[in-house]
Amino acid sequence: MEPFTILDGLVVPLDRPNVDTDAIIPKQFLRSIQRAGFGPYLFDEWRYLDRGEWGQDCSQRPLNTDFILNQARYRGAGILLARENFGCGSSREHAPWALTDYGIRCVMAPSFADIFFSNCCKNGLLPVRLPADVIDRLFREVIATPGYRLVVDLAAQTVTTPAGERITFEFDAGLKDRLLHGLDDIGITLQHAEAIRAYEARRSTEVPWLFSITVSAD
Amino acid sequence: MTARTLYDKLWDAHVVHHYDDGSALIYIDRHLVHEVTSPQAFESLKLAGRRPWRVDANLAVFDHNVPTDDQTVIHDPISRLQLETLERNVGEWRIPNFRIRDPRNGIVHVVGPEQGASLPGMTIVCGDSHTSTNGALGALAFGIGTSEVEHALATQCLVLRKAKNMLVRVGGRLGPGVTAKDLILAIIGRIGTAGGTGHTIEYGGEAIRALSIEERMTICNMAIEAGARAGLVAVDDKTIDYVRGRPFAPAGELWDRAVAIWRDLHSDPEAHFDRIVDIDAGTLPPQVTWGTSPEMVVGVGDRVPDPAAEADPIRAEGMRHALRYMDLKPGTPITGIAVDKVFIGSCTNSRLSDLHAAAAVIRGRHVAATIKQALVVPGSGLVKQQAEGEGLDRVFKDAGFEWREPGCSMCLGMNPDRLAPGERCASTSNRNFEGRQGPGGRTHLVSPAMAAAAALAGHFVDVRRY
Repeated sequence: MEPFTILDGLVVPLDRPNVDTDAIIPKQFLRSIQRAGFGPYLFDEWRYLDRGEWGQDCSQRPLNTDFILNQARYRGAGILLARENFGCGSSREHAPWALTDYGIRCVMAPSFADIFFSNCCKNGLLPVRLPADVIDRLFREVIATPGYRLVVDLAAQTVTTPAGERITFEFDAGLKDRLLHGLDDIGITLQHAEAIRAYEARRSTEVPWLFSITVSAD
Repeated sequence: MTARTLYDKLWDAHVVHHYDDGSALIYIDRHLVHEVTSPQAFESLKLAGRRPWRVDANLAVFDHNVPTDDQTVIHDPISRLQLETLERNVGEWRIPNFRIRDPRNGIVHVVGPEQGASLPGMTIVCGDSHTSTNGALGALAFGIGTSEVEHALATQCLVLRKAKNMLVRVGGRLGPGVTAKDLILAIIGRIGTAGGTGHTIEYGGEAIRALSIEERMTICNMAIEAGARAGLVAVDDKTIDYVRGRPFAPAGELWDRAVAIWRDLHSDPEAHFDRIVDIDAGTLPPQVTWGTSPEMVVGVGDRVPDPAAEADPIRAEGMRHALRYMDLKPGTPITGIAVDKVFIGSCTNSRLSDLHAAAAVIRGRHVAATIKQALVVPGSGLVKQQAEGEGLDRVFKDAGFEWREPGCSMCLGMNPDRLAPGERCASTSNRNFEGRQGPGGRTHLVSPAMAAAAALAGHFVDVRRY
């Protein structure tokens, strides 16, 4: 996973509550067995006027010019400003894959759906929770200020506005460590292989029906 | 010992290691696998030179992409490759699985409980948000992303932070014609799609105790639509009776030992819940969603709400956006909304009792001439077989429904079953998101009985008077 340390990014505002992962990346793209290449299809149904298909060249597709991501002033955005309950619905990790492939490395919202939040943290995409009134103010500032950028510092847990105001945010210490260092979760867990085996040994006597055909790992 | 909730008990029993930061390494008893969210996990596992930790803890099915008309051939090359990739992965690692056209195959959350692969007291995960369905058996079951699919494969564990405890206490009894689906839609309408975020929801109270296990699955299935990763119902006699004799369930002396342990799978009387929501089942009418979020729901006798009456400007704008997408005007009676298609199926409502409920409404009648398509998609090959054994296929076909092979089908339209732009559907599925059933498609979530009645009338009707 690519570490997340400090991001200085252009902000694009997506002013809708309850943006679901079906909207972030529609179902037809979930047929892909790849992990990369979802960026051109991010928000596909909102972004284009035609129906997208996996593998299609998006450069010639008719754009929905009303959609925020298609406005020239937001081209190259690295931070998505969003509303409450962002990423609700399906557990598809294709949603953070599509966001990062597009170039978004941070989403800021008053709240996130739990599975989406977890998926982001496994893909170097930082989900920042800020109070609704702060998000509301950022929306106003972004819309009023072309070229509006924010600096997100995960180590310091701060968001710095162009005026120099530093807004702090809460973040889980364990997740922070993993994101800052781009750690391999599985590698860390396997350091506890002995504990897992001990747990299995105990449970296979307590609840043996869960271990009826035990195939233990090497 | 301090009083514990059911969730506390399930959590405590599965802690392998406590991390200093407050998270824990949680052991996973059952990992359910399907073709959509697993290929990248298997690929990464292999690239890292790792292997599945415990092969027999996994069970794979083929459900999201499969066609429901003819399952002998997959015409779409991209879907076919994804299905073949799962076949290759389960073959390579010898992971237990049910192939397409095996009667045991079907929608993953129908198959798990049906086979006894999902059992009380287990932790159950799957790369699918509706894994919460399995919580109806008194198991801790929740959806995960593909990175966690790989993590579960490689370590049989997940690193998790414990959620808060929420109790949804449903008093009274559901009236005739009002179902578990109506109840969960009403719950979501009350607490909102983010109402359960950060919580595990336990459903309790008289109305829940009165539900069958299949009905409890419908309630737990949509916990995620209320924002909660997991939904739970305590074990009782119905749970034990449901599990008994299923292929993966324990038998003989192990069965008795299992039952003794499962009997403790309920919240202690004094257990602390961070939040309690009380709902009265007795006054509840059948529910119909009108918007593009499951929380946008009203009783069938109500009207499409007016954003002008919503105080919160962000919510009001969300409502206006939804009404534009749904092509509905505020004040329209729900019973005045005509539908083009009807879908009975999905992990929410595709079990035998759901088909019974729909068949009871349509028996001897015919779908309205204005209905373009009415689909019944059983949740598994075994559900289909049992229904056919009872002659339900004839009931549906005589009424003008198409009787299909099992799969996820039009719940999300990854296979060829989907809505065309602008089409309106009465659907027994779980999500009315924009484009969910097909780009530009308009979804109204209802119970199987309400969907069946809408098929006959051509528009929504109160099934209690139909």
